[in-house]
Amino acid sequence: MIKLENISFDHCIKCTVCTIYCPVARVTHLYPGPKQSGPDTERLRIKNPELLDVSLKYCSNCKRCEIACPSDVKIADIIQTAKWRYSKKELRIRDFLLSRTDLMGTFGTLFSAIVNFFTHLGMVKYFLDVIFKIPSGRTFPNYASGTFTKWFKSVRKYQDNYADKVIYFHGCYVNYNYPQLGKDVVKVVNALGKGVIITKEKCCGVPLIANGYIKKAQSHGRHNIKVLSSALPDDKTKIVSASSSCTLALKHEYPNLLELDNSPIINNITYITQFILEEFEKGNILRLKPLSYTVAYHSPCHLERMGSAAFTIELLRKIPALTVKILHSECCGISGTYGFKNEYYGISQSVGNELFRIIDEAKPDFVVTDCETCKWQIEMNTKYKVIHPISLLAEAIE
Amino acid sequence: MKTLEAEVIVIGGGATGCGVLRDCTLRGIDAILIEKNDIASGTTGRNHGLLHSGARYAVRDLESATECIKENRILKKIAWHCIEPTGGLFVTLPEDDPNYHNRLLEACRFAGIDAKEISVKKALSIEPNCNPNILSAIWVPDGTIDPFRLTSANILDSIERGAHVFTHTQVERIMLKQNQVIGVQCYDKTAGEYLEIYAPIIVNASGVWGQHICKTAGIELKMFPSKGSMVIIDYRINNVVVNRCRVPSDGDIIVPGDTVSLIGTTSRKIPYDTIDELVVDDDEIDVLLSDGEKLIPNVSRARVLRAYCGVRPLIAVSGEMDGRDISRGVVLIDHKERDNVQGLITIAGGKLMTYRLMAEMTTDLIAKKLGNSKRCLTYKIPLPGSEKRVGYTKKIKYFSGIPNSVVGSTHYRHGERVHNILSLKKRNYGLICECEMVTLGEVEYAIKNLKVNDIVDLRRRTRIGMGPCQGELCAYRAAGLFTEFGDFTPDESTKLLMDFLEERFKGVKPVLWGDGLREFEFTYWIYQGLFGLGLVEDNNT
Repeated sequence: MIKLENISFDHCIKCTVCTIYCPVARVTHLYPGPKQSGPDTERLRIKNPELLDVSLKYCSNCKRCEIACPSDVKIADIIQTAKWRYSKKELRIRDFLLSRTDLMGTFGTLFSAIVNFFTHLGMVKYFLDVIFKIPSGRTFPNYASGTFTKWFKSVRKYQDNYADKVIYFHGCYVNYNYPQLGKDVVKVVNALGKGVIITKEKCCGVPLIANGYIKKAQSHGRHNIKVLSSALPDDKTKIVSASSSCTLALKHEYPNLLELDNSPIINNITYITQFILEEFEKGNILRLKPLSYTVAYHSPCHLERMGSAAFTIELLRKIPALTVKILHSECCGISGTYGFKNEYYGISQSVGNELFRIIDEAKPDFVVTDCETCKWQIEMNTKYKVIHPISLLAEAIE
Repeated sequence: MKTLEAEVIVIGGGATGCGVLRDCTLRGIDAILIEKNDIASGTTGRNHGLLHSGARYAVRDLESATECIKENRILKKIAWHCIEPTGGLFVTLPEDDPNYHNRLLEACRFAGIDAKEISVKKALSIEPNCNPNILSAIWVPDGTIDPFRLTSANILDSIERGAHVFTHTQVERIMLKQNQVIGVQCYDKTAGEYLEIYAPIIVNASGVWGQHICKTAGIELKMFPSKGSMVIIDYRINNVVVNRCRVPSDGDIIVPGDTVSLIGTTSRKIPYDTIDELVVDDDEIDVLLSDGEKLIPNVSRARVLRAYCGVRPLIAVSGEMDGRDISRGVVLIDHKERDNVQGLITIAGGKLMTYRLMAEMTTDLIAKKLGNSKRCLTYKIPLPGSEKRVGYTKKIKYFSGIPNSVVGSTHYRHGERVHNILSLKKRNYGLICECEMVTLGEVEYAIKNLKVNDIVDLRRRTRIGMGPCQGELCAYRAAGLFTEFGDFTPDESTKLLMDFLEERFKGVKPVLWGDGLREFEFTYWIYQGLFGLGLVEDNNT
C-alpha cells in the first residue's frame, strides 16, 4: 500500500517558488535549490538510492521552502530524510560534539569560566578551525555558571501555590547558556497566575537531526513525548517553549521527520507568545509598564514555519510605548549548527548579510528575536544586542 | 527527384524494422530504412515496456512463452542498457481463482521459465507497496525494457555500420515491374521532396500499417487492429513488475519503467480506419485505475501523468475476413508464394520481446533470396551502449564533479555512450529537463547523432518532457537548442515548441484532474500567458 504521507513530492508542480525563497540557493551555486534537491530528485532516489546528489548537504533546513510552497510539499523534510536515509554515515567528531548540546552543556556549565575563557582565545579558535573544521571567525555562546534546572529547584516550591499549571520545555540553550531567559519565562507565567512544571527533558533533537543522528534524535523524541505526556495533569494544560526550533521539533519534526507518534502532546504544545496572547484574549491580561525603546523584530525561520511570528509581533505591540520595527523576513544564515562548520560558514555569512544590512538601517536600540542561534548570529555580525521577546515582556511587568 | 539504390528497403521504423536493418547491415547487406514518422513512434513505443519472462503467456500460449524466455536471456546480454532485470511477481488476490497459481507454476516449468513460489511475506518485502491481502505469490524473471532506447540503439548501430535511415518519410507506393518489386516512391516530409529508392527486396515491417503498404503493391493483407491503453503514474510506485495471477485481462499488470510506473492494459477491437486517431476512452482509465488499486492500494491517489494507447498488429494469415484465423504469433509472409509478387516480404505480429527473432527470421529469408550465406550475429553482438556492463557507482566516480543524479540518469539511458555525452564543462551538464535530468550535452548528442528532427523525437531519445511537468520547464529550453545544434531558424524552433506541447497535451487530456490539472494550468499560464505562444501562431498565419 502506498503511504500517502510519504508522497507529498507528488504534489509539486515545479513552480520553483521554493528555490526563489531559498536563502542558500540565492548566495551559492553549490546548492541547486530545494526544488531540485527535494521533489525532483526524490523521484530518482526512489528509483535508485545511488542517485543521491551530495549537493543537498548544503540545505540548512531553514524550511523557508515549505513556507513558500503553494502545493504543501514537505520539501525540507524530504531533503533531511534523504540526507540520512540514503547518504553514507560518516562519523565526524565535530558533528558529534556540535549535536550533543546537552552533553556539551553539562560539561560547559561545570567549568564555565574556563570553557568561556578558552573558546574566546584566538589560539584555541585557530586549533578548532584546523582540527575540527569549526570556523575561527565564529563567536561561541558563553556557558552559564549554573544550569537553569538547578536554579529552578530554588523556586519549585512556590509553583505549587498556583492551581493552574503550565509545562515549560526550556531546551538546552536556556539550561546551559542563558538561564536568565528561563527565569523570565517563569516570571511571566507566574504573573499570569500559573505555576511552572519542568520535566526531565532531553535535547529536542534539532541539532541531532541536522547532523544526521536520526536514531539518537528518535530516542530523545520518544523520551520527551513520554515525560511530557506523563507530566500533563489534564488535556487543557499547555506545554510551552520559548525556543522556536524546540517547539517546531516537538510539534512537527517528531511526526513528519522522525516518524514518532506525538499525538498525546501535539495539541498541548504551544509557542510561548501564542500562549500568552491567548491568555490575554481570555481576559487574563498582564499589567505592563511603558518601555520607550525602539526595537527591530527579526522573525526566525522556524517560527515562521509554524506560523507563530504573528503572535510574537502582536505581543510586542501590547507593550506600551514600545516602537516595533518589523524587519523584512530574511534568514540570518546560522541555521543552528550549520554556521559552526567551515564548509558552510561562508554561505552562512552571505545569507545573513541582507538581514545585517536592514538591521543597521533600522537603527534600533536593540534587536528582538525568538531564536537563540539567530541571536548569536546577529550579535556577532551587528553592533546590536539581541533579546528575547519574553525577556522584554518580563521587564515590562510591573 | 533524388534517387537512391540499395539491396534491401525496410519500411517501418519500429523495433522489428530497425532489427531487420541492423541484421542486414551486420551481414553486409546494403539496406535503407524508411519510416513515415519517427522511429518507435508506432506500436513499438506504445506498450508498457515489459521485458516478458514468458510467464504471462505460459498457460495459454506455450510457444510464445518459450520464445519470450529465450529472447529475454539474449536481450539481457546484448541490450542491457535498455533493460532493468527487476524481476516480477504474480500475486493472487482474494477474488482470483486460487488454482491458477499452480497452473502457472506448472506451465512455467514446462516452458523453461525459472518461476518460483515465494511466501506472501517475502513478496511484500520485495514490493512493500503491494496489496497486503494477497493470498500467494510467484517470482519470475520479468523485467523492464525501454522500447525507445532499444530501437534507437539498433538504428545507431546500423548507421555507424553504413546503413541509411530516412525518418519522417512516407512511402507513397511500392514500384513494381511485372511481378517483381523494384523500389519505392516516397515523400520526405522534412525536406519537402519526393525520392525514389530502388532495391530488389522490400521488407514491409510497418506493423498494423502494413495493410496500406501492401495495398500500394496491389496486395490485400487484412489487419485486425486491437487497441491497448495504459496509464502512467508520476513516479516509480513499484520496483518489480507486479502481475495479477489470473488469465491475462484488463488492468492486471503494473510495470516500473525508469522513473515512472505504468498500469496496463486494455484490449479492444477497433476499425482499421481509426488507427491514426486513437483516443483513450474514459472507461478504460477507470478500469485501469480501479484494477490497479487492487494490486497496489492508493495508486489512484498518486498523480496520473498520462494515458496513451497503442495498436496491436494482429494479422489474418489466409486473408479471410472473419477473424478466426488471426494469429498472435510471428507472421512472416513471402509474397512471392502468397501473391506471386517477387521481392516483397511482410513481417508482422509478434511482440516487442521477439523483435530480434523476427528480424533474424526475416533476414534469413532476405539472405536466401540474395544468395548471402552469412549467419545472423544479432544474438551476440551488443548494441551501442551495451558493450560493457558497468555499474552506477563506477560511473559516478568517473564523472565526479557532475551531480550523481545526472551521471546516473545519463548512464541509465545511454549505457557506455555516456562518455560521448558528459564532460566536466559546466555548460555541458547544465540541466534542460529538471524532472528527468536531461543535460544540454545529452540534447546536443541526440540532435547530432540520433536522427532527431523535432522535440517529440528528442523526447523518445532522452526522456525530455516525460517527467511530472510534462514539458513545462524543459520544452522552451530544448526548442532553443535546436537552433544551436540543428539547422533550425528561431521561427522553426517556435513551431517545434508548439507541436511538442500539443503532443504532450494529447496524453495529459484524458487524465486532467488533481495535481496533473494544476500542473497543466500552470504550464498553460507559462506558455500562453507569459510567452504568448498562441499569438505566435496567429502572426504566422
